[in-house]
Parts: sequence; structure tokens; C-alpha cells
Amino acid sequence: MSDRDNMLARIREALSVAAPLPGHDHATARETPVLSDIADQRRVLPAVGQSFDEQLALFRANATELRADFRLLNGVEALAAELNGLRVAEGWQRAASHSGDLTGAACRALGLPVLLTDQAFDKRELAACDVGVTGCDALVAQTGSVLVTSRSSGGRALSVLPPHHVVLARRAQLVPDLPAAFALLKAKYGGGYPSMISFITGPSRTGDIERILVLGAHGPKKLTILCL
Amino acid sequence: MSTPAAQFNQDARRLSADLRHRQTIQTAMGKYEVARDQRKVAFQDWQAARQMAAETKWEAVNHLDRHLEQFVRNIEARGAKVHWAGTDQQARDLILGILREKNARVIVKSKAMTSEEIHLNEAMEHAGYEVVESDLGEFIVQLREEPPYHIVFPAMHLTRDEIKDVFQRKLGDAPSNNPEELTMVARRVLREKYLQADVGITGANFAIAETGMLSITENEGNARLTAALPRTMITLVGIEKVLPRLDDLALFLPMLSAMGTGQTLSCYNTLYGGPRQPGETDGPEEYHVVLLDNHRTALLADAEQRDSLHCIRCGACLNVCPIFRNVGGHTYGTTYCGPIGAVITPNLRGLDDWKHLSYASSLCGACSETCPVKINLHHHLLQNRRNASRQKPSWWQKIAFKAFAPVATRPALWSLVTKMGRLGQKLHGLVKSSRLDPAYAWTKTRDLPPIAQQTFKEWWRTRS
Repeated sequence: MSDRDNMLARIREALSVAAPLPGHDHATARETPVLSDIADQRRVLPAVGQSFDEQLALFRANATELRADFRLLNGVEALAAELNGLRVAEGWQRAASHSGDLTGAACRALGLPVLLTDQAFDKRELAACDVGVTGCDALVAQTGSVLVTSRSSGGRALSVLPPHHVVLARRAQLVPDLPAAFALLKAKYGGGYPSMISFITGPSRTGDIERILVLGAHGPKKLTILCL
Repeated sequence: MSTPAAQFNQDARRLSADLRHRQTIQTAMGKYEVARDQRKVAFQDWQAARQMAAETKWEAVNHLDRHLEQFVRNIEARGAKVHWAGTDQQARDLILGILREKNARVIVKSKAMTSEEIHLNEAMEHAGYEVVESDLGEFIVQLREEPPYHIVFPAMHLTRDEIKDVFQRKLGDAPSNNPEELTMVARRVLREKYLQADVGITGANFAIAETGMLSITENEGNARLTAALPRTMITLVGIEKVLPRLDDLALFLPMLSAMGTGQTLSCYNTLYGGPRQPGETDGPEEYHVVLLDNHRTALLADAEQRDSLHCIRCGACLNVCPIFRNVGGHTYGTTYCGPIGAVITPNLRGLDDWKHLSYASSLCGACSETCPVKINLHHHLLQNRRNASRQKPSWWQKIAFKAFAPVATRPALWSLVTKMGRLGQKLHGLVKSSRLDPAYAWTKTRDLPPIAQQTFKEWWRTRS
């Protein structure tokens, strides 16, 4: 027998005796567990408001608490102005990004040499960039998270290797909660998922030294979310 | 050689009297408790969420064969290679085999308790590989050549000065004892390692059967980098980590973060479904998933304690445990410490050597109360005690109960003995806490409350 067959045989043998359902120590009240659906999850998870404005306010509050920089902009011109403001303030010399409608506009506005991760690239060159500019799949109001994937955000490294991650999003990408984010992933990629899907919730952080918060442990020290 | 029990007693005695150690742990736990409670109350119905999570895990574990096969089918279809490791030895051999085949030299690792469990680092270092732990806490304890102290906070027992010292000694670089500056030293050292590494090794928090993905929760971005830069990626995951559906994460991710670290969501919650896919320009070319049994199926066979395989390793039971908070993580001498460690270690590594852990409990039930997947932890500790005494009955307990039973079943005798007890306690006071005391081992650190002057029955008879 193969290792696989051996292990599966051990598992089946072990499961031949039934275990009680959780919450019922002595007698099994029900035969089968209740698997939660989206409505059940929404009943127990942290509340989000009904309206778009409430959800936007919640996203902003969460992002601010996480020390991400969230800016709501009006139009692509405003985007160019914000990015150039950041470029000057932080002295960016080199940027990295990927092709896309918002990222394309951002790169043109920056006027810097840009490493694009759509084609094969040298990871050391990416590590030397000051900023990674990416798109995203969604903003999650409930948690203040940015949902990125290897397909929507220029691969695996772009959103985590440069010291500053700038996310470009549109207002319509705001989703209320985690169940909605997973539903969106299924609808968008159900036929073939990207190899990496990540909920980014604030800039990289650690509390491993005396539980004191330090930003930028290994990933980006700064996370800026520009929402059009 | 001292037995695990003797080592436990010795370390527990030393550490519970170490006030500086207790201060460090209390400070860290105080911060954790505040944050955790804020997250718990943010849930609209935390108790219902626990029940849902527990039932989902029940389904996953009680149909493990089905879910595991589905997981493997799906992730293999996306180009990952799955290996089945029955024992720790098999897992080490499988991973060393991959490293040899890839001509690897430098290995970067993100935090994985499974790798602690199989002593993977020692095996890789022994075989000549350079192995770097990338989680800051793990990196620190690796430099100090000690095991992680806690399953979520590996270096929580250390002060900034101790961390500065080890950085100075091992890296020759420690500008100050400032946590931010120390973190930046580690960041610089590890950046270079990610870029050099040939192979990245990770653990995983959840394995999603429905889509064939592994979910990794972290804060630092070290697992993201470990999974992005090396050309080969290996994930070592226990078979019990499976969840049936992708949607289940909408519940499990925030619950794990709330209980693990007191966060709404940890900084990076990432799903990996295979190696670099067609059209992608980075990420590993090869992805190996090693499924680890290592006695988990033995635990699975125990229907009574099967729910201990529901554990999501959040560490919440450690944090609330009065024993853990006094004796610390290293005292357990096991990979998994605290209440969950005390429950599963005797089952994974032998009851005879590890049963003492099930007695290191006040049975207060704080662990069961806090567990986000409702594992019946303190009852399992009792069951371990029962199993241990069945397996190897203690002679003095047998005598004690033989003597106790006839007294307790005869009301007249019982009343006589309680009267004698009152007198006995008075006489005991003369020798208590001195070496003449026959119960010295017990009474030197404890007081027995005085036996009441009147029993309930006496009071009942005389009440007006």
C-alpha cells in the first residue's frame, strides 16, 4: 500500500467510532452538524452598516486604526497629484507596478522609472524599488482589509517586497464584509483561482519584542490606499 | 536522566518563584486580554460564532478522509505535489529529499509548529543546510538556541535587553534596546536571506478542501516573502487542519485573529493554491505539500478526545491558564504547551511519560470557556487522569480509597471521623510546616481551611 492509502486507511479505521457533536457532551442531540451559510455568518460577525456611506466610514475607521493611510479622491487628476505629493515627500527614485487601467495612469503620472512585474523580473531589482503600486480586488469594510491576488496585483512579491505599498481602488470595489469578499472571489475566479490570494490588513507589523507594536517587520512599513 | 515529570516539577518550582519572569508574562498577557476582549465584543454573537466554528471543525475532522482527498485532488490539479508523511521521520526524510533534489543551500522558514514537532531545523542543519527562521520571535529564539516559548508569541518571555544581547552576540549588530531598532536589524538581516534562499518552508493554519488551498495567517509579511521569492516552496501541515469550504474562512480568519492576538484580522491572511500558475511571473516553480500524521490518527481514533483535533492553534487557552501563566511555556518540555498541550501530548507521545501534564491544572475550566472551537479541554485533562490511573493504578491511591469507602458509606462512622478530624487538625497545627509534619510536601505551600465546628447535619438538628 502507498503512504497515501495507509494514512487514509488509518483515518477511516479511526472514524469507525462516532464522536459526539460539539456542545453535546453526553448525548448527541442532532445527527449532523449545521454548516453555517452567509446569512448565519452575518448574524454573528462584527456588524457593518447597511448603506455605502456607513461602510465607507467603517473602512476608513478600521484602516486608520491599523495605521494605513486611506485617502478618498475625486478622479484621476487627483490621483496624480496625491502620488506626486508622496513621491516628493518620500524621495522615491524607482517604482514598481503592473499593467492596468489605474496603475497605468499612476505610473504615467509619477514620471519615474517603473519596473513592471507583468513580465519576468529580477527580484533584487524589485527589492531596490521604493514603492510598489498595485490594484486590488476589493476593500473590506468590516476589517479594513485590502484584498489582492497574484492576478489583480502584479504577482506575489510586488505587494509585499517594496517598503511602501500603494493600493489603487475604486469606490465600487468596497464590499461590506468577509462573506461578501469570499463570494466575490468565487464569482470572479471560480473557474481558475490565482495561486495567491491575500487579505492585507494594515502595514506589516510585529509585537514580538515585549508586545510593543513595530510597523514594517518584513513587509511594507507603509500602506497607502488611494480610493477613487 | 531525569524524566519529563521530574523536569517539569523542577522547572515549575523554579519559574513560579521567579518574580521577574512572572512580571514579563503578566504584562504581555494584560495587553493581550484587553485587545482580545475588544474583538470578542465586536462580534454580534460570539457564543453562536463559537458553536458554528465547532460544528464546522467537527464536520471537517469527522469526515477527514473525504475532505483530505478532495483537498489533495484540487491542489494537485493546480500543479502542487502532495506527500503523505505518516511519521516525523518520514516527514523529515521527504523534506530533506526535496532539498537534495533542488541542490538547496539556504532555506528560509516562516513559523510552523509542525516543524517544531518533527524537529525539522535540527535535521536540516545536521544535513548541512543554512536554515533561517523569518518570524521575528522565532528568529530570536533560534539565535538563542531555544524552542519557542508560546505557540503564537515565541519570544514573549524575553525582555528587550535580552534580545539586544543575543543580537549583539550573534549578529554583531544591536544599536540599542529599542524594539523598533531591534526589529529593523532583523529586517535587514532577513531581507538578504529571502533573496538568497533556494527553498521556502511554511506551515499552514487551514487547508481548504473545496478549492485546494492552504491558508496562512501572519502579521509580519515573512510568510508572504517566503512564499514569493524562493524557487521552491514547501508547506508542512497537519492533516487535521482541513476546512470543508472556502467560505468557512469568513468565520475562522477573524476568530483566529481575535483569540490569537486580539486583532480584527491579522495583517496578512493569505491563500496559496499551487505553484506559479500560467500567466504569473513570480512565485515558486514547484510547490510541495507535506501532510503530517505523526500520531494524529491515534488521537482521531479516540472518539472521546477527537475534538482536540479541532484546535486552530490560537493559543487562547495558554493565555488564560493559571498554570501556564505561572510556570511558563518551556517548563512543559513539549512542542504544544498549555492546556491543549497537556491534553494532546500524552496522546501523541505516550501517557506514561506525559500524564503529569494533565495534573498541572486547577480544572478551573478557563481553557474550555475561551476556546473558539469549544474543545472540552478541562474534561479531557480529567479523562487523561482517568486513563493514566487505569493504565497504572497507584498503590497508595488504592489503599486510600479502600479506607475511604467504608467510612463514607456509613453515616455513624463518618460523623465520628469528622469529629476526630477537628481534633486532628488542632494537633496538626503544632507540627504544620515543620519537618515533623507527615503531610509536609503538601502543607509547606498550602493551607487547609479549618474544619467547621458544626456539620450541616448538626446545624440542621439544632436550628430553631
